[in-house]
Amino acid sequence: MQKRATFRNLWLASAFIAPQLLLVFVFFYWPTAQAAYWAVTLEPAFGGGNQFVGLENFRAVFADANYWASVGASLLFAVGCTAVAVGAALVLALFADRGLRGHRLYRFTFFLPYAVPAAAVGLTFRFIFSPDAGLLAGINHVVPGLWNPALDGNDAFVLVLLGQSWKMIGYNFVFLLAALQNLPRTTIEAAAMDGAGVLRRMWDLQVPLLTPTLFFLLMVNITDSFVDSFALIDVTTHGGPARATMLMVYKIYLDGFESKDYSLAAAQSMVLMALIIGLTVIQFRVVERRVHYR
Amino acid sequence: MRRALLASAATLLILGTPAAQAEGRQKFEFWYGLTGQLGDVVQNQCKLFNDAQDKYEAVCVGQGGYDKAEQNTIAAYRSHQQPTIVQVYDAGTVNFLLSGAVYPADKFDQDFKLGIDWKSYYPAIRDFYGTSQGTMWSFPYNSSTAVLYWNKDAWAKIGKTAAPKTWEEFGEDLAALKKAGVECPFAHDFDPWPILEQFSAINAVPVATEENGFKGLDAKLTFNHTIFVDFMKDVKGWVDRGEAKLVTLSSGVNKRDAFANGVCASHLNSIADYSAIKAVAKPDLNFGVAMLPVYKGQERHNSTIGGASLWVMAGKSPAEYEAAAAFLKYVTAPRTGEEYIVDNTGYIPVTTAGQKLVEDNGFYKDPKHAGREVAIASLTASPVGPLTHGIRLGNYTSIRAIVRSELEAAFTGKKDMQAAMDDAVAQGNEVLSRYAQTMRGKTLP
Repeated sequence: MQKRATFRNLWLASAFIAPQLLLVFVFFYWPTAQAAYWAVTLEPAFGGGNQFVGLENFRAVFADANYWASVGASLLFAVGCTAVAVGAALVLALFADRGLRGHRLYRFTFFLPYAVPAAAVGLTFRFIFSPDAGLLAGINHVVPGLWNPALDGNDAFVLVLLGQSWKMIGYNFVFLLAALQNLPRTTIEAAAMDGAGVLRRMWDLQVPLLTPTLFFLLMVNITDSFVDSFALIDVTTHGGPARATMLMVYKIYLDGFESKDYSLAAAQSMVLMALIIGLTVIQFRVVERRVHYR
Repeated sequence: MRRALLASAATLLILGTPAAQAEGRQKFEFWYGLTGQLGDVVQNQCKLFNDAQDKYEAVCVGQGGYDKAEQNTIAAYRSHQQPTIVQVYDAGTVNFLLSGAVYPADKFDQDFKLGIDWKSYYPAIRDFYGTSQGTMWSFPYNSSTAVLYWNKDAWAKIGKTAAPKTWEEFGEDLAALKKAGVECPFAHDFDPWPILEQFSAINAVPVATEENGFKGLDAKLTFNHTIFVDFMKDVKGWVDRGEAKLVTLSSGVNKRDAFANGVCASHLNSIADYSAIKAVAKPDLNFGVAMLPVYKGQERHNSTIGGASLWVMAGKSPAEYEAAAAFLKYVTAPRTGEEYIVDNTGYIPVTTAGQKLVEDNGFYKDPKHAGREVAIASLTASPVGPLTHGIRLGNYTSIRAIVRSELEAAFTGKKDMQAAMDDAVAQGNEVLSRYAQTMRGKTLP
């Protein structure tokens, strides 16, 4: 049994945590409470005189077929981004960890995308994947009309999915590489002496030992793709074409700030918050059982 | 170390408020939405104003877009940080009319003795920024309307020297252009402003009931039952046959640049972009502007006003209002206001006095501005009537976005055009009824 460190001076303790609590209150609880209030009232753009309407805003949200389409798109986006970003980062990290020639350079460069602001990623991707003028325009010369994110919803979805994933790969890579380098070398060397090849060691030893990190990254990536895709979409597709990339968070922005229907946006953000909390709980309940902490 | 930090913080504080102690001029803030070359023109006008006198100082802050200017002003108003003057685009007019947050222009004019002759504004403009009682709530600033830009060299290939007058003729020309080897005869995008709003006014068909919203907040959209749908079907036909191309910013270039670099032979756009096209066009681009065509058998009516106006916000100090008054006087005067804007942009004069001034100075005779008088002709093609004084619908930005999305769905073959427009109207009416409910108890002035 560990001896617990106890702190008798409550006042001092409170003083230490007060700044942090204040931040959490100002940037989370207070806006959330405000949004919850708006979600059950009708709030005019310039303020003043909001009327209580009960669940009317939620009814309007759920009655809108476009809303359900955006929920579907968001879920697909979260799953797709997480699979691509964590999968690709895992492969990169496993090989960077092997100390191949130039691995120090890789270690540095693979992380860089995370330091690029999403809007800049969007601009770059818009340029690279532009159907007429971009680097990818070549495939349209071979097969005309094959790639056109401006008109084809699926192409646009792939474009933003790649953008978001590319950005997250660097972040995931750093965590996975750090975790890999913390694995007991002896175990891996023992496996090597027993004749296990590189791929066998990766798949049967390193990946299972990485599950705590993978679980953490799974949660971060899913949450991030739900809430952090705004800038990328705003620069590339604006939720189009024909709402193909209208993720929940972008729809909240459009309804709230472009359309100035603050109440509708507030109701949607309540739903989004509930959805993310729900997903996190499920992950802890279901997925974490398969995670082995050392 | 700590001392160094403190010192640099203090320096920052001082630098952060640069002109706080400058020469004692009375300042006021002006937020504008124009960007790019047009934004530079606004900024320069502020500088000219500040240089022209030494009592007041206009602090002009670009907001990075019309929509951002409106959003930021609302956010600022809610925390009592609003600017004294803000430039608001046509789609935001209803929000500001009903906001209770503005100082009506004609009252401001009386209180601060600006001496503006409201009667000299063009009827299309007076009607749009005025109330049903005929009083003006904002100061017309940059006004435009939609025109057809056409490449004369391309049309010469099919033996024509004049722009088409009807949509039927336009369609035939596009087919001929395609046959003559023009790869992109017409650049089309989904901006509802020229194709829905201007088109409907010119053909005198309604966009919504209640005189397009002017008569009350209970208006309903009706454009799914007008010739607008036929127009969109025609355009889709052109696109499907390769006689027109969908050109949107997400495909790399916008329709204006596709026209300016000579790839596309025509497009519909605001007259305001005239100067920008001149500026970026390849040197030998030989283009003209014409009024939007009409359908055969439809009588041509006046097109409506686009652009933006200047609103005075409520809740500022008398000293700031006095400074703002001097600025408004400056920017509404024919020479320092209208002529400056007309000279440096594609916008039109907004008063008959301003129009006369630029005409007398031989403005339209200059080949650099050839064809710009078309915009005035289009705006004044008929007396302003119930279907041609513009759109006054709540949350109109949202409705524009809905129309755009549904057009995208129809043009990419996901939906039938009629079904898409029916859906757009149904969703738009939902927006309108939510707006009316949010603004319950308020009526349009």
